[in-house]
Amino acid sequence: MSGSVGQPIDRVDGPAKVGGKARYAADFRPSGVVYGAIVTAAIAKGRIAALDTTAAEAIPGVISVIHHGNAPQLAYAPMDPRPIVDPKTGEALRVFQNDQVLFAGQPIALVVAEEPEQAIQAAALVRASYAVGNAASDFSHASLEARPPEESRHPGGKPGALRRGDADAAFAAATRRVDASYEQPAEFHCAIELHGTIARWDHDHLTLWDKTQWVDNDRTEMAHVFGIPDDNVRVISPFVGGAFGSALRSWPHVAAAALASLLVNRPVELVLTRRQQFSSVGYRPRTVQRVRLGADDNGRLTAVIHEAVAQTSAYEEYAEMVIEPPAMLYSTPTLRADYRLAPMNVNTPCPMRAPGIVTGTLALELAMDELAEACDLDPLRLRLLNYAERDENKNLPWSSKSLRQCYAIGAERFGWSRRPSAPASRRDGHWLVGYGMASAVYPAHRAPATAHAELRADGTASVTSAASDMGPGTYTSMTQVAADELGLPINAVQFELGDSLMPPAPVHGGSMTMASVGSAVQAACRALRAKALDLEHPNRLPQDRGAMQQAYARLLARHRLDCLTAETEAMPDDAAGRFSMYAFGAVFAEVRVDAELGEIRVPRLLGVYAAGRIVNPKTARSQCIGGMVGGLGMALTERGQWDDRFGKIMNASLADYLVPVNADVQSIEALFVPEEDPWVNPLGVKGVGEIALVGVAPAILNAIHNATGRRIRSLPATLEKVMGC
Amino acid sequence: MLPFTYSRPRNIGEAATAGAQPGTEFIAGGTDLLPLLKEGVRRANRLVDINDLPLGGIRHEAAGVRLGALTRMSDAADDERLRRDYPAVVEALLAGASPQLRNLATVGGNLLQHTRCLYFHDAAMPCNKRQPGSGCPAWDGQNRGNAILGGSRACIATHASDLAVALVALEARVVLGARHGEREVPLADFHRLPGDTPQIETVLEPGEVITAIFVPAAPYSRRSTYVKLRDRASFEWALTSAAAALDLAGDTIRQARVAVGGVATKPWRLPKVEEALAGARADRSIFHAAAELAAQGAEPRQFNAFKVELMKRAIVRALADAGSLA
Ligand SMILES: Cc1cc2nc3c(=O)[nH]c(=O)nc-3n(C[C@H](O)[C@H](O)[C@H](O)COP(=O)(O)OP(=O)(O)OC[C@H]3O[C@@H](n4cnc5c(N)ncnc54)[C@H](O)[C@@H]3O)c2cc1C
Repeated sequence: MSGSVGQPIDRVDGPAKVGGKARYAADFRPSGVVYGAIVTAAIAKGRIAALDTTAAEAIPGVISVIHHGNAPQLAYAPMDPRPIVDPKTGEALRVFQNDQVLFAGQPIALVVAEEPEQAIQAAALVRASYAVGNAASDFSHASLEARPPEESRHPGGKPGALRRGDADAAFAAATRRVDASYEQPAEFHCAIELHGTIARWDHDHLTLWDKTQWVDNDRTEMAHVFGIPDDNVRVISPFVGGAFGSALRSWPHVAAAALASLLVNRPVELVLTRRQQFSSVGYRPRTVQRVRLGADDNGRLTAVIHEAVAQTSAYEEYAEMVIEPPAMLYSTPTLRADYRLAPMNVNTPCPMRAPGIVTGTLALELAMDELAEACDLDPLRLRLLNYAERDENKNLPWSSKSLRQCYAIGAERFGWSRRPSAPASRRDGHWLVGYGMASAVYPAHRAPATAHAELRADGTASVTSAASDMGPGTYTSMTQVAADELGLPINAVQFELGDSLMPPAPVHGGSMTMASVGSAVQAACRALRAKALDLEHPNRLPQDRGAMQQAYARLLARHRLDCLTAETEAMPDDAAGRFSMYAFGAVFAEVRVDAELGEIRVPRLLGVYAAGRIVNPKTARSQCIGGMVGGLGMALTERGQWDDRFGKIMNASLADYLVPVNADVQSIEALFVPEEDPWVNPLGVKGVGEIALVGVAPAILNAIHNATGRRIRSLPATLEKVMGC
Repeated sequence: MLPFTYSRPRNIGEAATAGAQPGTEFIAGGTDLLPLLKEGVRRANRLVDINDLPLGGIRHEAAGVRLGALTRMSDAADDERLRRDYPAVVEALLAGASPQLRNLATVGGNLLQHTRCLYFHDAAMPCNKRQPGSGCPAWDGQNRGNAILGGSRACIATHASDLAVALVALEARVVLGARHGEREVPLADFHRLPGDTPQIETVLEPGEVITAIFVPAAPYSRRSTYVKLRDRASFEWALTSAAAALDLAGDTIRQARVAVGGVATKPWRLPKVEEALAGARADRSIFHAAAELAAQGAEPRQFNAFKVELMKRAIVRALADAGSLA
């Protein structure tokens, strides 16, 4: 029986999406639904002195204007332990519970009306006056008071410091040195689907149709907000139109929609505006990183010093693993890495594709390119010289690592040997041409997950788990795993997700859905098949997939069963304590820079990834090229344009916050190195969602240096920076 | 967004009467206007849809070409003669917006599109153009996209159109229709400098409609080109752009036309640069020397100072490109 795992199967949900049948949160229409529109704070810090809602209430169709002056106090029961998607310290924002303003764009009122246009019009008429406080809006200023994350003091908290040997002394003694600072602006997820929630109460039961990457946690958080049992809340989210991390947490607007529904006693739909996406849900925090690398004359690292400062909000500490890559990507006898947070009057940042890892790798890989120049070495050669044969951070062997193969195949395919050896030495008409490369890395996580599998009377199977599919192809890959285990053709298996009534699944983030939910689907289907085999002698079951469906149907009929079910929880074993588990990759970029006008184009991008087993090369490739396009945006166009005076992002629209468009993307290729990893999880997968973003921006910036001789140390690399004016 | 009434007049007279009422906006393709209405940046309670007016069509004449105001950008860009006789116009059209938008957007609406100043677009911010007297936060704020030429303390918002830059270089005229007939205004005089009244952007009288754009056929029109610089390869307004047109006798420049975009508060013709080129040899050193004059009077702010240099280089590139046209 040839497996479907490993085959480039078309998306099973493709026709539904293309045909407009896939329903996203705001597509549901519970009867009697009314519409909310949020009013946001115009100041970054202070108190609401007065809210005048008279004009808003006079708009025809307006049902209610909800704000701190009339909202009930909600339970907001603490969650213990906190879900992994919430910061470990601080207090999540509570909607309409007091008069405090903590950041510009904070929801301060919600208008509910019969029609969305009425709500929007009325929201613009709510007049707030404020007692204005002294906001912390200047990042450089806030950085001066940055401190290690509070959570670093607790077990499991992200570290504020990593040490190996005396890095400062080793750096001082090094004969080749790099000392540079790199700046990254706040970046925004910009998924096409706007965040939206529909809330409906039936007595003391709450149903939410929500854009979320984790229905189970959304349920639990809302149960805590309203002080009701988890079982009284149901969250439905069958399709997510891109999220990239922005829908991991339950943001305040979710509670606001539920509160409004409670108060007006109707289902309430609340969709954030595009502008509100920039202040009501999180973003990748602004970061500055100083990196010092010391090496001997042969290019062997002797010291890595990495100091990162990132912004967080004034009410929560959002911490990331920025200092993990410098601690494990290369072999170094000494290391000092420090990570500090600068609180500001902003909404709390949140994970955005490859959180922390992409940030730390960016600075490290830019610095490695500078070190290659300082050592007069080819950048790829420098990386090979400092190849880490084991994880020196965790002091563990790798479960598998095929980075060398990624480098070799990438260099071959890309034609790395034709890299201009001196900066600014190759010209084609107006264009300066350069090559650059960088390494990529992302940890392979896994969490417990449960799946339910069922054989139906007609011999087809249905499998469920409360997972999510924000685009990578969860529906498809899970169907493949289930089909293989049950010996059924793809079209005889239906996988369903996105409902908190289904068996629990972990968060759809951190590239661990395939590893976690996939393992559960595999285990449940295996158990189900075993049950079937218990009923029937194995010899009587066919090898052929088409025949298998009939065989199951006959079997159920013979035993007078409507269905046969199995439910299994798949738990990570102790391998993570014995091995360090990461996916690795190598990214190569060709860049062209207009010698006079500074315009930058990227004609070629190649990513080569070793990420364990690839369940579906087609969806995996799509995911990778999507991630690489994200990296292109990070390198060249994306940034929040922050105004210190108002404490807000000014380019809060898709016309002004620039993500790459088709014309920016020319040749882009993702390849996978075959890799077997017996330790990561039963499927042997590591996940590709995040790693595809890592390494792209530094490869491009390194190529810009190769093309022009100019080091750009602050993102994005815009034309005035390459022109140096 | 305010509730609005909607009407669809069939002739200019009706349109002009309806359009003259306070709180009225004309709507053509709606690609500029609708987002502004939705975000409360423009506030109208009457929309007058002009799509039933007989203002379409491209007419080539000996003296020039007449583009009806309702000509879709994509139709103009696809016009073979326009491409041959006024290449800068077609290049500017194709460099603007996206194919989908160009299918809907009209050339008349393009000239009247609103600035991309970030503060104008955020209805919660002060902005003298949107709300006279409220101040100009762009002056000391995120002004990378703002103007270095033609600004005032009250406003440094750029005029965002690409098309208008090519047209102003080619000395286009705008035909305006009102209740009692038509008048013609040189495009160079159509938009106003912000001064103390940045909310008044053009010389249009209340109710007046753009009926057509006329581009004269001049010796330099065929040798014209448009260079546009931006952060991404498509779907973005110009950070800086330059249109150039040359009338050459051998390698001597008889006359030149040069205009720049993305750097000025209105489509910006550069007569001093043109004068410096007239009678000179068409070579790079001359182009460089002439382009230096473009920056006279430039008033850069914190984040747009690079445009002074970028603009000069864009002009040189456009002149070189025009010079090398067959
Ligand atoms: C995302 C995006 C990117 C864009 N990028 C570019 C770009 O790169 N370069 C570029 O040049 N443009 C760009 N544009 C602007 C686009 O070209 C304009 O929106 C379009 O040309 C406007 O034409 P319209 O017919 O849709 O105008 P409308 O939106 O209908 O009208 C615009 C304004 O003109 C008025 N108006 C329209 N027609 C007339 C008339 N005949 N007489 C009197 N008043 C009239 C309206 O009242 C309104 O105030 C972009 C637009 C968007 C949305």
